[in-house]
Amino acid sequence: MASCRVPLVLLACGSFNPITNQHMRLFELARDHMHSTGRFEVVGGIVSPVSDGYGKQGLVPAKHRISMAKLALQSSNWVTVDEWESQQPDWTETVVTMRYHHGRILKEYEQSAGRHSDASENFASPSSPFPQLKLLCGADFLSSFKIPGLWLDDHVEELVQRFGLVCVSRGSLQPERAVHESDTLFRHRRNVFLVREWVRNETSATEIRRALRRDQSVKYLIPDSVIEYIHQHELYTEDSERRNEGTALRPLIKQAHQPIKSLDD
Amino acid sequence: MENPTTSKVVLLACGSFNPITNMHLRMFELARDHLEDTGQYSVIKGIISPVGDAYKKKGLIEASHRVEMARLATESSEWITVDSWESQQSDWVETSKVIRHHYEELLAREHNRDDVDTVKYTKKRRIEENYIASSVHHRKRDGPQLMLLCGADVLESFGIPNLWKQEDIAEIVGRYGLVCVTRSGSDPHKFINQSDDLWKYRKNIHVVHEWVTNDISATHVRRALRRGRSVRYLLPESVVRYVQEHSLYSAESEQKNADVVLAPFQKYSDASTSG
Repeated sequence: MASCRVPLVLLACGSFNPITNQHMRLFELARDHMHSTGRFEVVGGIVSPVSDGYGKQGLVPAKHRISMAKLALQSSNWVTVDEWESQQPDWTETVVTMRYHHGRILKEYEQSAGRHSDASENFASPSSPFPQLKLLCGADFLSSFKIPGLWLDDHVEELVQRFGLVCVSRGSLQPERAVHESDTLFRHRRNVFLVREWVRNETSATEIRRALRRDQSVKYLIPDSVIEYIHQHELYTEDSERRNEGTALRPLIKQAHQPIKSLDD
Repeated sequence: MENPTTSKVVLLACGSFNPITNMHLRMFELARDHLEDTGQYSVIKGIISPVGDAYKKKGLIEASHRVEMARLATESSEWITVDSWESQQSDWVETSKVIRHHYEELLAREHNRDDVDTVKYTKKRRIEENYIASSVHHRKRDGPQLMLLCGADVLESFGIPNLWKQEDIAEIVGRYGLVCVTRSGSDPHKFINQSDDLWKYRKNIHVVHEWVTNDISATHVRRALRRGRSVRYLLPESVVRYVQEHSLYSAESEQKNADVVLAPFQKYSDASTSG
């Protein structure tokens, strides 16, 4: 009996500076959770490293971040790295990235659906839902919606209403609170999936970079292949951490002319 | 590069390793970084010694699997190894005996100069800095040292009645040394302060603060596996595969030894009742 599970792709946007085991855990946790709702079948995962234009302090060149992500995901059979966002000339709003990937996924789906109905008349299941794309993130990401000038209200609305969020909670942050404190998130709370990570694992790329600067071991926190790459290319030093020091994040500049409305009223 | 004024140290971790996780492996890395950072030590080897089945802990699966998983997990390490001696004994072996056994082996091997240079390229810079900084008159301790590596929970377990013999605790901290990696929520300094034995040998107890919480417990991993959840990136890839191939860790395996008394309790309460 064909179930009506919606095919789902998870997209993670971020610096991935560098990618860590914790990033990859997000995908695993999210997939397990979405499967267990009975409504989804996770068919793919996408890691989309931000472009250099983002202007975040300590961001090393995109080509390195992409290479490291590729090395890390070599052993995964469902998560891949996508370079589109990193190749855009300017920083790209998350929603724009999502629109791009969703369009691509729909096109692929239509093409393969067309092929199937030619091949077998018994194939068609009564409801063969269109694939969905949801943004995968950590709880800190959810809190970032509150930062003035970082997100356009329309975009947040589109993000949760049209696409949806899968948010993995980490450490002491409480994503339920962020949803509660934002009218937009609250209104579309059915499309905000909160995944509880019971293992307290606070390893972050920031901590990794700090450890690397201090010649401390990061083995077992990031894949061996990524550690090797970092040493080969001498990434993550005190110098690299000072990159973009004093520069404002690109979104704040790009969206500065937009009226800023507080989300938590 | 070996600094002639540092003491050579081997780290020994005893435990169930049921299964081994990235957190266990991190413990070794953190301990090594900490000890070498003092400029007084050179960590030459790490040993993982999985406990024998006779320990009778609830949910403990066969030693052969646990040893093999630990081996797979340390394949990519240049300095951490697995030793199956303890797991092969028919009776449960007290930790102090395991330490003694490995220390004797270590002394015997000293003649062969079997040291592994665990210092990698990026660390050489730091070692050189420390060498220049430390006094050339610093007296090097003769022979290598063996220290017990553990989490703060093990340190605190010294306080559980009938789990440890007092003289064993004294021997471990007095004669050998302890490297204790703190997990969040525990305060080893307080515990050391509250115990006369530990306080006496506080110089032999090295407390390593894990600033970044990494609480991947084997208990959690087993629970996730029972529920069909992914444990990827919590354990080394090769261990995840092994667990899947052998279908380890089910609701059934978790019930093993459910109604059996833990070996140390059995042993020590027998001793106390026999007067």
